[in-house]
Amino acid sequence: MRDATPTRIVGTPALRKEGFGKVTGGARYIDDIVLLGMWHGATVRSSIARGAIKDIRFGAGINWDEFVIVTAKDIPGANCIPLIVDNDQPVLADARVNHPEEPVVLLAHPDKARLHEAVEAVEIDYDPLPAVFTIEESERQQTIVWGEDNVIKRFLVEKGDVDSAWQHAAHIVSGEYRTGAQEQLYIENNGVIAEWSDADGLIIRGSMQCPYYVHKALLRVFDLPAEKVRVIQAETGGAFGGKEDYPSLIAAHAGLLALKAGRPVKIIYDREEDLAATTKRHPSRTRYRTAVDKDGHLLAMDIQVDLDGGAYATVSPTVLSRATIHSAGPYLCENIRVRSHAWATNVPPHGAFRGFGSPQTIFGIERHMDQIAKAVGISPEEVRRRNFLAQGNATATGQLIRDPIDLRGMMDRALKVSDYHAKRARFARENATSSAIKHGMGIASFMHGAGFTGSGERYLNSLVGLEADASGHLTVLVSSTEFGQGTNTMLSQVVAEALGLSCEDVSIAQPDTNRVPNSGPTVASRTTMIVGRLVHDAALALAGILREKNLLSEEFSADEFRAACAAYTAQFGALRSEARYQPPKDIFWDDAKYQGDAYPAFAWAVYVAEVAVDTRTYAAEVVNFYTVQEVGRVMNPVLAAGQIEGGVAQGVGYALYEKVVWKDGRMSNNQMTNYIIPTAADVPNIEVYFEEMPCEHGPYGAKGLGELPHDGPAPAILNAIQDAAGISFTSIPLLPEDIFLRMAEAPEPECLEIVGSAKGPQ
Amino acid sequence: MSAAKIQLSEIRFKVNGVERSATVPPMKRLLDVLREDLALTGVKEGCGEGECGSCSVLLDGVLVNSCLVPALQASGCEVLTVEGLATNGALAHIQRTFLELGGTQCGICTPGMMLAAESLLRKNPHPDLDAIREGLAGNLCRCTGYMRIIDAVKHAIEEPILTADLAPEETVHK
Amino acid sequence: MRSNVSEYEFIAPGSLDAVLALLSAEPGAWTPMAGGTELMVALGAGRLEQRKLVSLWGIGELRGITASADWLTIGAGATYTDIRENAAIAKEFPLLARSASWTGAIANQNRGTLGGNIVNASPAADSPPVLLVYEAEIELVSAQGARRMNYSEFHLGYKRTVLRPQELVMAVHLPRGHRLPVEYLRKVGTRNAMAISKVALAGVGAMQSGKVQTVRIAAASLRETPARLSMTEAVLVGHALTSDRIQAARKALLQEVKPIDDVRSTAKYRAHVAANLLEEFLNQMAASES
Ligand SMILES: Cc1cc2nc3c(=O)[nH]c(=O)nc-3n(C[C@H](O)[C@H](O)[C@H](O)COP(=O)(O)OP(=O)(O)OC[C@H]3O[C@@H](n4cnc5c(N)ncnc54)[C@H](O)[C@@H]3O)c2cc1C
Ligand code: FES
Ligand code: FES
Repeated sequence: MRDATPTRIVGTPALRKEGFGKVTGGARYIDDIVLLGMWHGATVRSSIARGAIKDIRFGAGINWDEFVIVTAKDIPGANCIPLIVDNDQPVLADARVNHPEEPVVLLAHPDKARLHEAVEAVEIDYDPLPAVFTIEESERQQTIVWGEDNVIKRFLVEKGDVDSAWQHAAHIVSGEYRTGAQEQLYIENNGVIAEWSDADGLIIRGSMQCPYYVHKALLRVFDLPAEKVRVIQAETGGAFGGKEDYPSLIAAHAGLLALKAGRPVKIIYDREEDLAATTKRHPSRTRYRTAVDKDGHLLAMDIQVDLDGGAYATVSPTVLSRATIHSAGPYLCENIRVRSHAWATNVPPHGAFRGFGSPQTIFGIERHMDQIAKAVGISPEEVRRRNFLAQGNATATGQLIRDPIDLRGMMDRALKVSDYHAKRARFARENATSSAIKHGMGIASFMHGAGFTGSGERYLNSLVGLEADASGHLTVLVSSTEFGQGTNTMLSQVVAEALGLSCEDVSIAQPDTNRVPNSGPTVASRTTMIVGRLVHDAALALAGILREKNLLSEEFSADEFRAACAAYTAQFGALRSEARYQPPKDIFWDDAKYQGDAYPAFAWAVYVAEVAVDTRTYAAEVVNFYTVQEVGRVMNPVLAAGQIEGGVAQGVGYALYEKVVWKDGRMSNNQMTNYIIPTAADVPNIEVYFEEMPCEHGPYGAKGLGELPHDGPAPAILNAIQDAAGISFTSIPLLPEDIFLRMAEAPEPECLEIVGSAKGPQ
Repeated sequence: MSAAKIQLSEIRFKVNGVERSATVPPMKRLLDVLREDLALTGVKEGCGEGECGSCSVLLDGVLVNSCLVPALQASGCEVLTVEGLATNGALAHIQRTFLELGGTQCGICTPGMMLAAESLLRKNPHPDLDAIREGLAGNLCRCTGYMRIIDAVKHAIEEPILTADLAPEETVHK
Repeated sequence: MRSNVSEYEFIAPGSLDAVLALLSAEPGAWTPMAGGTELMVALGAGRLEQRKLVSLWGIGELRGITASADWLTIGAGATYTDIRENAAIAKEFPLLARSASWTGAIANQNRGTLGGNIVNASPAADSPPVLLVYEAEIELVSAQGARRMNYSEFHLGYKRTVLRPQELVMAVHLPRGHRLPVEYLRKVGTRNAMAISKVALAGVGAMQSGKVQTVRIAAASLRETPARLSMTEAVLVGHALTSDRIQAARKALLQEVKPIDDVRSTAKYRAHVAANLLEEFLNQMAASES
């Protein structure tokens, strides 16, 4: 389907499908929904990081008879949230707790205002156990807190022969890089409403990304057949990965309360609870040891990736997978070894967040490329140019790049639109003389794989449906959810384009497991490329059904299509088509060796950051941010640019503002006033440029772009800070306090180490 | 256990042009009165601590965070919420530009953001970039990176919207 | 929402006299609420211990900004927006307008009051350093009468002030006609807007014949109360601003501040940045005569 044929609707700025409700206040998010006789639920959580529960006491001063109380004993099925690793994360802690803020007891009451006091009055006694809070403590394996060795997941990727490459190196450059936890900070907190009836079973409405994940979890927790659990996504006020796995837990909680109370129960987290208890981006440590020749060509890369997974596995295996595969960057190197681990610690489980592991390792490789440039004595752009992957090259997993790829052209364009060379020269001059504010430019080039990793899409086996009524109005049936990214609009455009209609002729069914098939979770930049393609196929299949009955000719107008729908439904009843995922024939993946085609397609990008570092306050600010990306066909320029800008702003926060302050495994700055994200007065001017190279896998040549923009900003910004201030910072978030330590006090030795010996990272 | 229940207050005010009243505890947050007693759920709660602005409304024409206003202090006032922006089903200009220029993504910040914009434009019909950034700085958006919101505010003062402005900087087709 | 609002009494008597009578009748029983940007945050977080509150919002006597020959008087109920939009303040006390303009964001500025900022007495508050360098006086009022004092005497210790339970802050008075040629204010927060100060420094001063004639410096987040930096001032007055003198002033500042480590910043950073801001201010002083 690699076509650049002109389109009517794809590629145009079609209006956001559900936008009217959003600008009028009519959109109904979960907390806006009130059911008759509904009670409110709240969660009592662990106050320690690890220990055995000795006793749970319900304190004086509360009339407990008014409350419904649920503990682990009330769970009808399995006390676990099944995801990747089974029997790991419990619904409610029973004998022991493994992280602070772990749910232990649930309460419900008709009056929301009475809950807080009651939660405070539940006292839990513990026998504390030793806990680990960092990658370093976990990998020491002195205290085992998960499985047999604290390792939630490990991967080994090997290409070529790393060990014999060092002797040919002109330079060996090593570095260690660290990234912190990052909160998704969707502005709508998590929330769910559960209803129970013996006839229908459990009905869940909530703010979520993946209705079928919730569905799967509830079948286990409640020991119910599939038809007795129904999950409906309400309008969702931001997610970014943060509503991928945790809603299953909240849904189970609300469901348990509803079952016991015999009435609907709503649980809405407040901000403090959402920040303290729910998932964040995995903190990471990456180590690079690279051999390069005298011209800066990569000869070997020995890479070690370590993630802090938190107390339970949840999505860590797949986050680690993506981190691992992206760790070598968009570069050609014949000898690569990546060893990676996700370590268990006694902090709340880390989870999905836009980029899903790749921002962590791209931070490492892109900071490292600048250190290689320095060691070789060439410019940051040149070291990248000399190593860029090209069509026909193989990635770290041995994936042959079949699609055309133009990283050099994108680099040229990024440097041009950012006026890189002129600015860099001017800044070098001015920084030498002007004392107060230092300016600098930094580059990051990177890629992001679209779709589930490796064989993931085969297992998902996604199904979509499309219905037409007698008037020819179409309804798309997918479990893919809208939470701001533009899913609804994009899918409408695909159907309208395919059938010669307009977007107004297409509706998107509310994601409801009773109504829509499982088109997979809304994650991994997969919705446009994978689900969009299936919806396109379903649209063609629907036209095919009409043609089979001789109701439609090969070419048809919108009116002819409507007439055909009317005729069909009158004669045959419901008109409906389906499309199921077909694995592309030329894609192979070896899960055991972690070799093969990791993703059907990659999006590519070159970003340039322009920063100013104030030497009086040690604050770094991003002044301009330039993005050039190749994402296949751009389906909707307004929505696509909005995705890029939003991702960049989150990346700016990741780099310079957003710090989770931990105290014994608990987030201690769990308020918006203390967890700092950029405001409208903090974001730089962001410029968005697309290149389009239609891709054969996606509809009309589209690939995924949702996660890409979060990958590049942090390294580009820190590279620019190095350019401005001459200091190589290696960890984020990089706060003024950190810059101060290096700038104002005696400079510490840089982490960059250039040595001649041939030893891999320890 | 809870202290003796206090006297409820009858709050009378004009909401979106209509006289309304609610009998509530005087310390009940205006946010909750609007959402729970008047079913105006377009007003959102993002933090409850004055930081996010998703609960923004205009109180006597002045932008406030309704999570920080006790009901009693709104008594006798005029309140404008997102539900009052459109007139007779026709979107206000600011709503149209938010919709057309990509100023809303997940939409949860949008009602508050538009009211912040409305308040800014009433005071300063031709704000420059710095004024727009300052005027919106109390309203957090996690989705958009603010660029398109700033655009929507810029364009709310000029008609008609140019389709050229809808596109990203430039797209090269290969 | 971590409080039960049904447990809170809240009344709005509507006039200053009525509020003062109430405060005097039961001293300490009632807590005044002006814009509520502190108290309502505490309510939401479940930290509002006072259960009886009385509203000051809308009481006209508290809100005016007026000028006499010698004083500019700002009612305690004046909001940051009132302050930003006042022409006399912009002209004669521009640092106050500036600090108001970066206190929170617009919605907070529309509700938050000067009186609330002072009485809340956070060491990080943005208005106090400016009031200190402008040598403001503060007027307290109760049913028994009014008293007026130097604002520098108002803060006693961490979140402790001279305000008595039956008293309100009535107004702040700023002396007119004493404007000094150099004025400096810089806030270093966690971001550009909606930020609590990690450190802020206000300074005013005048040079004469190459020497510091007058200088007043005050800071936020460096001591347990908003405070003038009098040791630093003493090192400067009467001296030329040589680089040695500036270094001596930096040292004096570092000696007299006691910043803390907290969730927003570190003591070391705060102290060092305060010294940098001081230096920036002194460089402006030094340049002011040429
Ligand atoms: C999001 C946000 C951002 C903020 N940003 C900043 C900032 O950047 N800089 C900053 O300094 N502050 C900031 N604040 C704090 C706050 O806005 C100020 O302290 C404000 O000035 C308080 O005034 P108020 O009228 O709202 O106080 P209230 O909450 O009404 O009262 C605060 C205290 O003052 C007492 N009080 C009020 N008026 C009087 C009076 N006339 N006489 C006696 N006692 C009185 C009350 O009893 C109470 O103890 C911020 C607050 C929020 C919510
Ligand atoms: S909910 Fe009121 S400002 Fe966030
Ligand atoms: S559109 Fe989602 S927070 Fe602004």
